[in-house]
Amino acid sequence: MRTDGRTEGDILKVAMPKGRIYKQASRLFREAGLLINEEVDESRKLIVEVPEARMEFIMAKPVDVPTYVEYGVADIGVVGKDVLMEENKDVYELLDLGIARCRMSVIGLPDWKPVINPRVATKYPAVASQYFRERGQQVEVIKLNGSIELAPLIGLADRIVDMVETGQTLRDNGLVEMEEIFSITSRLIANRVSYRMKNDAIQSLCDRLQAALGAKA
Amino acid sequence: MSKPKVFEKPVGVKDYLPHAVSKLRQIESSVLSCMERWGYDQIMTPTLEYYDTVGVASSTSDQRLFKLLNNRGTTLVLRSDMTAPIARVVSSLLREQPFPLRLSYHSSIFRAFENEAGRDAEFFQTGVELVGDASAEADAEVIALAIASLQAAGVEKFRIAVGHVGFLNGLLEELLPGRAECQGKLKDYLLNRDHVGYRDQLGRLGMTEQVQQELKGLLRLRGGQEICTQAMSLTPNATAQESIRHLCEIWDVLEAYGVSEHVLIDLTMIGDFSYYTGMTFEGYAADLGFPVVGGGRYDNLLQQFGRPAPATGFAVKTTRVLELVGEEQEAPRRILIGYDGTGRERALAEAIRLRGQGAAVVTARMEAPGIRHGEARGSEEPERTARRLADGESVKFGGLVYGTFLPFFDGNQEEGDER
Repeated sequence: MRTDGRTEGDILKVAMPKGRIYKQASRLFREAGLLINEEVDESRKLIVEVPEARMEFIMAKPVDVPTYVEYGVADIGVVGKDVLMEENKDVYELLDLGIARCRMSVIGLPDWKPVINPRVATKYPAVASQYFRERGQQVEVIKLNGSIELAPLIGLADRIVDMVETGQTLRDNGLVEMEEIFSITSRLIANRVSYRMKNDAIQSLCDRLQAALGAKA
Repeated sequence: MSKPKVFEKPVGVKDYLPHAVSKLRQIESSVLSCMERWGYDQIMTPTLEYYDTVGVASSTSDQRLFKLLNNRGTTLVLRSDMTAPIARVVSSLLREQPFPLRLSYHSSIFRAFENEAGRDAEFFQTGVELVGDASAEADAEVIALAIASLQAAGVEKFRIAVGHVGFLNGLLEELLPGRAECQGKLKDYLLNRDHVGYRDQLGRLGMTEQVQQELKGLLRLRGGQEICTQAMSLTPNATAQESIRHLCEIWDVLEAYGVSEHVLIDLTMIGDFSYYTGMTFEGYAADLGFPVVGGGRYDNLLQQFGRPAPATGFAVKTTRVLELVGEEQEAPRRILIGYDGTGRERALAEAIRLRGQGAAVVTARMEAPGIRHGEARGSEEPERTARRLADGESVKFGGLVYGTFLPFFDGNQEEGDER
């Protein structure tokens, strides 16, 4: 529970995904006219104040961003659609930021044929289960934490569900993309309460980001 | 699942220790007495209801109901809100009472399989239902009372967002006439707070650019009274216009109450369509990530119990308010009366006299302070006597501190015999 709500004014607490998406997000924020010091990008601190933009960045593991926002310890956050689909949290999805573009796909060996006991390995068990259930296929979903491509190569699963960006890893390992489940970009999300209590700050951020996105398009 | 350990409880339920209970009671009683001052009478209904009546009528989705079977095999539910039970009472026991009926409650509520954060399987709600009045005055009354209740509970910084399901229904019917499926999809996106999906869906419906812009503009309809004017110009649809007029009137009444500064009109905020029929609202407190108040108009519920009537109401999520409000003032210090065999009669008589005056008194048979009998035999051994603390007034006994100590022992009657 936060205790000093009144002194915070309209400083926005932003849950930022560490790593790959962060750089693209901070570049977009700068294009939207927000003063974010380049030093912030290099910082190893977990909580970084960005007073010029009236923000505070919480550097989070991407998959945890929706959790911080749902509990309201962060007002808004930047997170990939893949994580949103998997985590299914109660947050506002305000804006498609158009960055970190890729897709969620079903992947297998080129000579894949239906098997008696289909097994699907993935980092996204909720997404995978829902996808196959909606298609009336009963599959066993195996949760893995990395190197998902290994699973069909060594016979752990006959197919995998994973994120595909360029497809290079797949080609290098002799795998093919069988079906696209949905396309992925990063989104701006907001907490239910912050969306109302900090309405002005959030709306003006949305407007600036939208203008920057429009200029790029 | 393995057998639970002895200290474990089912997921989602809580114990409240004395400190939390005294805070909870204080919130509960200030809110209920606030509601009483607005003319609402408190009622209580049972924890168990029939699934086929109250369970089906409640706004809680089926998989979130706690269901059980009674000894005849009939399905029962633990109440998942108080609105449906009150509708049952209004239509049966209170059938002869004329409308409007003003009822309040404080009650525990049960909801299973809550995967959303910050939600418990059992929690407390304090709320009201205003039954039999369809006017904007009635809607404004419950909003103003929600504000008064939050203030009474000690919540300092909060905001109420008010919307109306009729506006969206009307607007969509106007712009997408007869396309119920498309309308449903768009509503689902809004209900799931997915504005990105909503915009994408608009692009796929094959509408003119102008219509798309109008529907996108809906996402910005948040603010003060000026939102009503903007919304009016958006559509000539009768339902939508009627809804906005109703909202405008609510706003006027809230201004007369002097509370409109706390209120935000938000036409993107829509409650569950199968349940709410008009105005809906939510209350948010700074420093808490989840809404603390929810309410709205539900004109179709009572007919399910055989006494059709318009109704509106709200519930404060008391358990959440508990996390917000500060410590209560220190409770008056308790009195400790210590006595031995000789002093017992006088000691207990004095305790009864003091309790009669409203004091909190604990009595204990003990050894007179100062007497020592050997060594203490480990921490589980009860203390044998009270120890006076540094301030000279308070004493410590049995791990608790008392503001006053009255001794009744053989040989030092003068201290306890002052009266």
